[in-house]
Amino acid sequence: MKNRVVITGLGIVAPNGVGISEFTKALKSGKSGITFHQELADLNFSCQIGGVPNITDAIKSEYFTDLQLRGFNSSGILYGCISGIDAWKDAGFNMDSESDLDYDTGLIFGTGTSGVEKFREAIYKLDEGNVRRLGSTVVLQTMASGVSAYLSGMLGLGNQVTTNSSACTTGTEALLMGFERIQNGKAKRMLVGSCSDHGPYVWGGFDAMRVMTYKHNNNPESSSRPMSATASGFVPGSGAGALVLESLESAIERGVKIYAEVLGGEVNSGGQRQGGTLTAPNAEAVQRCITKAIENSDLHADEIDVINGHLTATSKDALEVENWTKALKREGEDFPYMNSTKSMVGHCLAAAGAIECLASVIQLKEQFVAPNINCEDLHPEIEALVNREQIPTQKKELNFDVIAKASFGFGDVNACVLFKRYIA
Amino acid sequence: MTNDDLIAKLKTIVAPYIQDEEAFKNLSEDTDFVSDLKINSANLVDIILDIEDEFDIRLENEDMEKMLDVKSAMEIVNTKLSA
Repeated sequence: MKNRVVITGLGIVAPNGVGISEFTKALKSGKSGITFHQELADLNFSCQIGGVPNITDAIKSEYFTDLQLRGFNSSGILYGCISGIDAWKDAGFNMDSESDLDYDTGLIFGTGTSGVEKFREAIYKLDEGNVRRLGSTVVLQTMASGVSAYLSGMLGLGNQVTTNSSACTTGTEALLMGFERIQNGKAKRMLVGSCSDHGPYVWGGFDAMRVMTYKHNNNPESSSRPMSATASGFVPGSGAGALVLESLESAIERGVKIYAEVLGGEVNSGGQRQGGTLTAPNAEAVQRCITKAIENSDLHADEIDVINGHLTATSKDALEVENWTKALKREGEDFPYMNSTKSMVGHCLAAAGAIECLASVIQLKEQFVAPNINCEDLHPEIEALVNREQIPTQKKELNFDVIAKASFGFGDVNACVLFKRYIA
Repeated sequence: MTNDDLIAKLKTIVAPYIQDEEAFKNLSEDTDFVSDLKINSANLVDIILDIEDEFDIRLENEDMEKMLDVKSAMEIVNTKLSA
């Protein structure tokens, strides 16, 4: 028999709020975390705005030792460790460097790339013939699994410790990988999540592709406009989200609070066939991912109350909504409520899946649908598919049981997970 | 530079990396970086770089291999400074 899996801890470092209470407040009030960055303007970026979490030196010192912070220059690892430690504490554990090794807990923490600023520092030194002066932490900060390496040591985790990477699907995939490990009895707990660096060296490639908006440098808060008729590209973000997944049995035994149950999900790929490319989704594979996720969760499509979409504010939003209507066989007023967390935090890239899974779980736990800010002018192609009311622009109190979260990424990869309200 | 001055400078350099406060307080020529101060061996590389910066000298791989305690560090720094 497979284990039931629940969520017992959350940690978040988002552009519009650091920590669960601040982020929850931001979700409810529709607070944007997008700001103007002079650095991007100086570097001639078309898009000069972005979402960067506010982490002060004082906060850094609460989580890292002075030694760890010497020569430290990896914002993704910083965000990942803060969110991971917060989630771990939220689940009722301590961060103690002398703690017993915990063989029952593992870690799957994803990222797209790690420590790009540190890598840049190293490349400059190296090209000057000074490889001998790189110091001891370039490898640790720039290896993809750097975040998992730092975090597992801080917490003393002894089950599987790894990093996954699947572009903007990363965080949602990490969650499903951890879920399966607990479901199959290989671990009692899995700390899962994902993180992404901020800054020009991560965002530059997207700016070059002209997929980020250049029309809102003077009004950052209204820049990220998923599903809007005036959406003109995504706004880059950064940060991290972390969740403690735990077998229901272990959570009950420990007597801890339960945020929600993970019912199941699906990950697949469109294989860059049937319209899918490196950058565009194969619609059939997206629909299949959603229907399989529902099937794997022993649910019916009509049991989904709310959808937290991928919805980046590019021309693909309408196609995504169409995919949902086809996969669920629901449209018009029968369509679930739907929102995009990206309207407030931008597209946090590899961190997006985790940050948005957290946003989904928080909405479920607190029984509300977060507003889609900047979507007063719903795109006509979307309005032709679903009722205007299903895409609220104001926070909506709602008693509901099931929320679906999907993430899609470059390389034509998909992930969809279903969370259910847990009532003891 | 007197030996005491040199030890004081080395003490300041290794301070961020030590994991044993007691051994650090009683630091002497005989103190070993790894076994006494419990410095992570990976950080010995960073200590070498900090010593280079402090004394404006260059340490070679052979020097690094020998620099395992306060005494050997002092000898190597003195040799480089008088070269």
